[in-house]
Amino acid sequence: MSTGAVGRAYPRLEGPAKVTGTARYAVEYPVDGITYGWAVPSAVVRGRITRIDTTEALASPGVLAVVHHGNAPRMAPGPQPELRLLQEPTVHYRGQYVAVVVATSLEAAREGARLVRIDYDTGPHSTVLTDDHPGLYKPDQVNPSYPTDTAEGDFDAGYAAAPVRVDVTYRTPAYHNNPMEPHATTAQWHDGRLLVHDSNQGASSVRATLAELFEVSPESVRVVTEHVGGGFGSKGYAKAAVVLTALAARHVDRPVKLALTRQQLFGPIGYRTPTIQRVRLASDADGRLTAICHDAISQTSTIHEFAEQTAVYTRSMYAAPHRRTTHRLVRLDVPTPFWMRAPGECPGAYALESAVDELAIAVGMDPVELRIRNDTEVDPDQGQPFTSRNLVTCLREGAQRFGWADRDPTPRARRDGRWLVGTGVAGSSYPARARPSSARATARPDGSFLVQINATDIGTGARTAIWQVAADALGVPPERVEIHIGDTTLPTAPVAGGSMGTASWSWAVIRAAQALREKLRDGGPPTGEVTAEADTTEEVGGQPALPRYAYGAHFVEVRVDADTGEVRLNRMLGVFAAGRVVNPTTARSQLIGGMTMGLSMALHEEGVLDERYGDWVNHDLATYHITGCADVESIEAYWLDERDDELNPAGVKGLGEIGIVGAAAAVANAVHHATGVRIRELPIRLDKLIGVSDLA
Amino acid sequence: MRAFRYHRPADVAEAVAVLAAEPQAAYLGGGTNLVDLMKLGVQRPDVLVDVTRLPLDTVEGLPDGGLRIGATVRNSDLAAHPVVRRDYPVLARALLAAASGQLRNMATTGGNLLQRTRCVYFQDTGKACNKREPGSGCAALHGQNRDLAVLDWSEQCVATHPSDLAVALAALDTVVEVHEADGPRDIPIADVYRSPGTHPERETTLARGALITAVRLPPLPAARRSTYLKVRDRASFAFAVGSVAAVLDLDGDVVRDVRLAYGAVAHRPWRAYRAEEELRGRPFSRELAARAADAELAEARPLRHNGFKLPLTRAITVRALTELASS
Repeated sequence: MSTGAVGRAYPRLEGPAKVTGTARYAVEYPVDGITYGWAVPSAVVRGRITRIDTTEALASPGVLAVVHHGNAPRMAPGPQPELRLLQEPTVHYRGQYVAVVVATSLEAAREGARLVRIDYDTGPHSTVLTDDHPGLYKPDQVNPSYPTDTAEGDFDAGYAAAPVRVDVTYRTPAYHNNPMEPHATTAQWHDGRLLVHDSNQGASSVRATLAELFEVSPESVRVVTEHVGGGFGSKGYAKAAVVLTALAARHVDRPVKLALTRQQLFGPIGYRTPTIQRVRLASDADGRLTAICHDAISQTSTIHEFAEQTAVYTRSMYAAPHRRTTHRLVRLDVPTPFWMRAPGECPGAYALESAVDELAIAVGMDPVELRIRNDTEVDPDQGQPFTSRNLVTCLREGAQRFGWADRDPTPRARRDGRWLVGTGVAGSSYPARARPSSARATARPDGSFLVQINATDIGTGARTAIWQVAADALGVPPERVEIHIGDTTLPTAPVAGGSMGTASWSWAVIRAAQALREKLRDGGPPTGEVTAEADTTEEVGGQPALPRYAYGAHFVEVRVDADTGEVRLNRMLGVFAAGRVVNPTTARSQLIGGMTMGLSMALHEEGVLDERYGDWVNHDLATYHITGCADVESIEAYWLDERDDELNPAGVKGLGEIGIVGAAAAVANAVHHATGVRIRELPIRLDKLIGVSDLA
Repeated sequence: MRAFRYHRPADVAEAVAVLAAEPQAAYLGGGTNLVDLMKLGVQRPDVLVDVTRLPLDTVEGLPDGGLRIGATVRNSDLAAHPVVRRDYPVLARALLAAASGQLRNMATTGGNLLQRTRCVYFQDTGKACNKREPGSGCAALHGQNRDLAVLDWSEQCVATHPSDLAVALAALDTVVEVHEADGPRDIPIADVYRSPGTHPERETTLARGALITAVRLPPLPAARRSTYLKVRDRASFAFAVGSVAAVLDLDGDVVRDVRLAYGAVAHRPWRAYRAEEELRGRPFSRELAARAADAELAEARPLRHNGFKLPLTRAITVRALTELASS
C-alpha cells in the first residue's frame, strides 16, 4: 500500500465547504415551515413539579406551544432513562429539561421559555463527591463491561514488605466536553416518519434510540449527520437535544429546530465525572514495581448508573506481582456523567503516571528509566502477550527528541529570570478496538466508484481517511472515488468514539471493495452500476480477544512564575505508537488536539460547583477556561512506523484519545520538577502556586 | 429574548433625549457585553440607542498637552494610536491585555468603562444577585467567590469591575466627559464609580441616561514611564485575577511622583492612594514597593476563596514598579 493513498497527507475533503460556509450543520438546513424550540431547564435540584403555568408564555408573540410532562407525547421506556424527557414531573438534577417552548422565531422561543412559570416541591440534595460519602457503593461492573475490582497476588503484604512506597491521593474536578457546535437538531415528522438532521457521533445508534423511544420502526427514522462540530464523547449516543426536538415536532406537528446554548451544555448532556483516586505503589530499591493499588471514586446520577472505568488503565500499564484496583460510586443529585475523550484512561492515567513520577523520586531514579524498567510484554491483567507494545520505543525516542538526557532530576534546579523551569514525562496507552460495521462499494460505468457508509466525521478527518483506505482497497487513485457518510440511509456503522471509528469503518470498506473487485474481476468497466456490500459483524466478532493497545510518551517543559505562580508551557512533545497512520495531516491534528486537551485539564479546566444551587456556576467559555494558544509555545507530535497484523485490515489503532491520556500527568510532573511543589488536585492554577518561592 | 427597538440618533442631544424619554433604553456601543447580557435576560432594554455612528470616534491632542479620546474609539484603534503608545504606554498595554482581537475591534472606549461585572451569579438569572435584582441577596458572598473583591465590598455585593482600560485611566487621573439631559459635565474618573454599599445596582454616579462622550487624559510626562501588568488564569483572553497600572517618576532614586491603580480587587478600578503616599518622596527599592502594596491592602478583607489576591497584587506591584524603576 506504500504507493497508494494511505499514508499520504491529503487535506480534508470537506475543507473548502467548511471554510466557505457552505457545509451544513444540523440546524442550518432550510426547511419550509420551520419553528424553533427552546429548552427550559429546571430551577431546582431535586423535587417534583407541582404546577406549570404556561399562560404568559403562550400569550407571548410567536409562541406556538409549551411542551411539558403534562402534554408531551408519550415515549417508551428505553435503555437510557434520562432520555425519557418530559414524561414525569420528577426532577433529578438542576438543569434537567422540564419543558420545551416552540415558537416562530428563535428569540420568541427564548422569551417564551422565560415566561413559563413552574412550581416545585423540593427536597434536600447532595451534589458534592467526597471520599467519605455515606452513599459510596460498589457497582456491578464499570464501563463498558469491566470487572469493578481486580486483585492479583497479595497487595497488602507486598506493599508492606517493600523498601520504597508511595501512597498518594489525586483529585480531578468535573470537566465539560464543550464541542464548538452545541448539541443541535432539526426534526420533521411526515406521515409517521421522522427525519432528523442532528449533531451526533453516530447516526445509526441515534436512529435506533429514536425508533425505540417513539415506538416506530428503525426504517421510518432517518438521521442525517453530514457535518459535526465536535463531540469529544458527549454526542456518542442520542442525547437530550434530539429527543426534545423530535418530541416537540411531534407535539406541534411542524418541523422544529433546537440548539442548546453554551450554558445548557454544562451538565445535562454529560460531563467527565470528578474523581478521587488513591494510588499506592511499592518497588524494590532498583525501581522495580512490586505492588500497585489504584482505588478510584467517582459519581453517577440517581437516574442512571455511569461507572467511569478510572482504574482500568492501571490494570495493564505496568507489571507487578501484587496488584489491586477498585471502583466505588456515589449516586448524587446531578446530571449523569458521560463519555469525555478517553473516559477512564484519561483521569486514571493522570493519577497513575503522577504516582509513578513520585515513585521515581522516592527511588532516586529517572522517571523514563523507571517506566522502561517496569515495561511488560505480557498484559498483566489478561496474561496474554500484547499484539504490539512500543511504550519503551516511544519513551526512548521522545527522550531523545526532547533532549531529556541532560536533565538534572533535582526539583527547582533551573531558573530563567523570574521563571522556575522544569520538565516532566508520562506514559500513555489506550485500547485499540473495532466494532462491526457495514459498507457498500459501487463501480460506475465511467470508471469512478462510490463508497457509502454511515460513518461520522466529527471534525477528525474521518471522511478523508476512509476515502483514502477505500481508494487503495479498490486499487484506484482516490480522485476516482466518491464517498458518502453521515446518513442512516447508508449502510449501518458504529459510533465515532473510543478511538475505533477508523478501524471499524475501514474494515467494512475494505471488505466491500474486495467484494466489488471480485465481481469486476473478469470484465473492464461495467456497462451499468455494479455494487457490493460487506458486513463485518462475523469477522469482528470472531477476532481473538487479545490485548491490543496504542502507546505514547509525553514530554513537557513548563515555566512557573516564582512570584505569581503562573504556569506556561515552553514545549510539549509526544511520541505515539498507534499502528498505521492513514493521513499524517489529520493524525497530527488529532494527537495535538488530545495533548492540548490534556494540558487544558492540567492547568485550566474545572467545573466549579456551588453546592447550594447544585450546579456548576461557571457555565460559559468566559468562565470555564480552556487552554489558549498563548499558554504553550510549541506542541509537537510524532509517531512510530508501527505494523501490527493482529488489529484490523487497515492496521490502525485509532488516534482520538491516545494524545490526551497521560498528558495532564506530564504537565503536573513538570510543575513539580520546576517548583518542588506537588499539586495533587487539578487544575494547577496560580492560586495553588502563588509565592512558590516560599512554598517548597 | 425580549423584543426591542433599535434607534440610531443623529447627534448626542438626540441620543440623550431618547434615553430621557424611554425608561428602559440602553446605549449600544460595541455590544460586546450588553448583547450577551440581553441574551441571558440579565439586561432587558426596550430600546437600543446605537451611538457608534455619532462623531465621537476621534483621538485629538489638547492644547495643554493632554489627549481627548472619543467615546466610540474602538479599543484596537486606541491601543494602536501612536501618541497613546508613546505618551501613555500603560493605556496601550491595558487595552491589549484585554479580551481578544475580535472583541477589541468592536469594543468602544465608553462602553468599556461601563461594562458589567463578570461575577457568575450576576450573569445567571437563576441565582441571587442584588446587583441584578435588588433585594434578592448576594449568592457570591458565601459562594464561589475566587474571582471577586477583597477590598471595599459590602454584605450586599462582592463583585469586581472587569475593565482593564478603566484601571489604566484611573491611574492617569482621567476626566470623563458626559452629556446628560441638562448638558455636558466633566467628572474625574475617581468620582465616576461607586462602592457597592447597600445599592450595588448603582454602579456609577452618572445620571440616568447620561452618555459618555469622551475621556480626557491630562498631560502627564511621567506616564511615558508607565506599564500595566495583568495576571489571569490563562495566558490570553481572560479577565484579570490581579492587575496593576503604574506610572513612576523618579528623581535620581527618589520617587518624585507615582500613580498606582489595581484591577480585580474591588467594585471599582482601585486607585492605590495609600501605596502612592508610602512611595512618594522616598528612595525607591523593592522593599519599599512591597511595603506600599501592604499599606494599600491593609484593610483588605479576603473572601473564602480569594485570599491569594493579596500576595498576587503585592507581587505585581513590586514587579511593575521595579521594572519601571530600572527602565
